[in-house]
Amino acid sequence: MIVVKNLCKKFGELTVLNNVSEHIHPGECVVIIGASGSGKSTFLRCLNLLEEPTSGEILFDGVSITDPKTDINKMRQKMGMVFQHFNLFPNMTILKNLTLAPVRTGLMNKEEAEKKALELLTRVGLQDKANAYPAQLSGGQKQRVAIVRALCMQPEVLLFDEPTSALDPEMVGEVLDVMKTLARTGMTMVVVTHEMGFAREVASRVIFLDDGVIAEQGTPAEIFGAPKSERLRSFLSKVL
Amino acid sequence: MELYESLKALVTAGEPVTIWQRLYVYIYQAFIYKDRWKQYLNGVQTTLYVTAIALLIGIVLGLIVATVRTAHDQQRPGHKNFFLGVINFIFNIYVTVIRGTPMMVQLMIMGFVIFASSKDFALVGALTLGINSGAYTSEIIRGGLMSVDAGQMEAGRSLGLGYTDTMRFIIVPQAVKAILPALGNEFIVLLKDTSLISVIGGKELIYAARGVISRTYEAMFPFLGAAAIYLVLVMLFTWLLGIFERRLRASDRR
Repeated sequence: MIVVKNLCKKFGELTVLNNVSEHIHPGECVVIIGASGSGKSTFLRCLNLLEEPTSGEILFDGVSITDPKTDINKMRQKMGMVFQHFNLFPNMTILKNLTLAPVRTGLMNKEEAEKKALELLTRVGLQDKANAYPAQLSGGQKQRVAIVRALCMQPEVLLFDEPTSALDPEMVGEVLDVMKTLARTGMTMVVVTHEMGFAREVASRVIFLDDGVIAEQGTPAEIFGAPKSERLRSFLSKVL
Repeated sequence: MELYESLKALVTAGEPVTIWQRLYVYIYQAFIYKDRWKQYLNGVQTTLYVTAIALLIGIVLGLIVATVRTAHDQQRPGHKNFFLGVINFIFNIYVTVIRGTPMMVQLMIMGFVIFASSKDFALVGALTLGINSGAYTSEIIRGGLMSVDAGQMEAGRSLGLGYTDTMRFIIVPQAVKAILPALGNEFIVLLKDTSLISVIGGKELIYAARGVISRTYEAMFPFLGAAAIYLVLVMLFTWLLGIFERRLRASDRR
């Protein structure tokens, strides 16, 4: 579904991603772990071109999204993204947050979009917040709305950039529950997170990024049960 | 009238008069004698007319310049539009030159060089002030747009919305709140700067005051009067802007 070929990303002199190649298959839940500064978020943000790769190619459903001739807006409509800081639109109600993109991009008309939005809101238990503003919600509620906002575009893949890192500890669970449910329904997901419990329980594959390269990858059992490299062992000893 | 005439004669002759009698003469001759208050009123009219035109030009110019410069700066690396680059370069020069030279000099160049043959001094003044204000307004608007969290643009774009749609529905509505107070300030500065157009012959409030002074050889009360009128105008507009801002905030429950 997503093919990454020789992806490099430099910020000035600093090389953040060094020749990363990867394949993400439909229905997978890929969890990316690694120390801060290892390039996890940059890798994720390159997948929908929020970050422009320095070199390399990214194919989505066989279409090169790094090709300047590709309509990146069309591609992004199929790849939802959930941010660490939610990034809900504070000037709109929750319902408007959810329906703006589907309506403006012509995916649905207003009635369909609102019906879909309310249905998804109900699924995360926030149907009564439809007419509230983001500022009236708690962090966990905001992040659940942000996930629903991405889902309203009916994406083929969802990218999560540290979705629980900005949350109070007691709210992490409610967001992870929504993500687990999503993964079980077969949604393709790429998740950057520090939640090792989530990785162990839900991931179909875990990627360990270290210094801009994929140092190790495998099933959760392989990564957490039998880490091969010294770097991964020392990383896991710090976070577990 | 008769009281004024007799007191005026005493003052002119250097006879001893009380301070109140002297004040009466000065105020009377500055504002009331020969209906001179009408001159100030005409001056205020021109002042407001120039402010209105300059404000309109300034906002239109500011919007265009800010839009182009912001759009240019936010292009994806490696996807720079050449045409946009050229316009951006020109606008950069415009902002630099206008902000880097005194308003007075700009007025003189416009009034005595570029439009030397024009007799409509007020309009030339309004045009100059508008062009000047545009440079500042563009920076106010650009600053407002940049003050919106970068995550908002990313969120909009990640949903597949285009740059224009994201700007229109997400960034601009949030930027307006940051822009309006500064824009109100710019408006007040503009109103007061209209006093400068008297140097190229614009018949605004200061021009009227100086007209009276040239008749009476007494500068204090005409200038004090003009200052008081500016102050009242500014207070009035500050009050109106305050109401407008509160209205905007009321519709934005956060």
